[in-house]
Amino acid sequence: MTTTLINTALLLMMAATVIGIVRLRNLFAVVILGSLYSFLMATIFLVLDAVDVSMTEAAVGAGVTTVLLLSTLYLTKSEEAKPSHTPILPLAVALVTGGLLVYGTLGLPEFGSPDSVIHQHVAPRYLEQGPEETGVPNVVTAVLASYRGFDTLGEVTVVFTGGIGVIVLLRRRWRADRTRDHK
Amino acid sequence: MRGYLVLRVIAKLLIPFILVFGLYVQFHGDFGPGGGFQAGVIVAAAIIFHALIYGLPRTRLVVPEWVVETLVAAGLLLYIAVGIASMLMGGGFLDYSVLMHDPVHGQHRGILLVELGVGISVAGVMLMIFYMFAGRSRTPDSEK
Repeated sequence: MTTTLINTALLLMMAATVIGIVRLRNLFAVVILGSLYSFLMATIFLVLDAVDVSMTEAAVGAGVTTVLLLSTLYLTKSEEAKPSHTPILPLAVALVTGGLLVYGTLGLPEFGSPDSVIHQHVAPRYLEQGPEETGVPNVVTAVLASYRGFDTLGEVTVVFTGGIGVIVLLRRRWRADRTRDHK
Repeated sequence: MRGYLVLRVIAKLLIPFILVFGLYVQFHGDFGPGGGFQAGVIVAAAIIFHALIYGLPRTRLVVPEWVVETLVAAGLLLYIAVGIASMLMGGGFLDYSVLMHDPVHGQHRGILLVELGVGISVAGVMLMIFYMFAGRSRTPDSEK
């Protein structure tokens, strides 16, 4: 009951934030509202007992991403251009896609249901054997680093590739600027 | 932010604690919530906080760009090295059980090292992206 109340309040605040983001033209305010949205999302993850995800969302979504967007805003204009056409088609696409997604959730098993398919496959074994096999009480860590070590290696490779991509894209132009100045 | 005395003092007080919390999340991740990804972003956030308050040039003195660049690759290499080490010791790739005499200890050791690799790489990439974005300025000569 309390959880439902907290979740409803948080989701309502998120909806209000999104409406604010859509209506505002000042991009600085939009970035700050985006940060607020991430913080609300992190709180919802916390209520759902997903503390690991919540930490990541608070640090990356609300913290680092906001700083990156602000540093980008510093280089560009901070006022959104007026749209040149009526937003009816994008609105229709968004409504139809959203409706289909909501329709899709109707086919999912009930939230938190122990009978759903993902809780029947390997999850029981991880929960029962994990602490003895790995000596790690936190099952999330055991699954992430040991049972699913290959997946995590893939994830780190993706993060690494992303970082290298940013270096390649942004630094080369920076060097070009410098050499042009020297001439 | 030269004039903001309160911010500068508070930042000086907070940053060590954020870094220690990052280390806690890193090395306590096998008992409580957390792990490499979370610790990496917390450490990166602490250093970005330093840059916001004291300016990027001074942060570049504390954490030079070549260090960050090394971290980006070092974390991934540590992860792969653990995998190769377990292969050399007679197991499969990333099979930590062979790392120590006792399989459970081996698993524990492997998970700790792998999470450390994740943390190092994530912190490095986050910082690198921030350095790249914040290092670009409107006028080219204020770059340094």
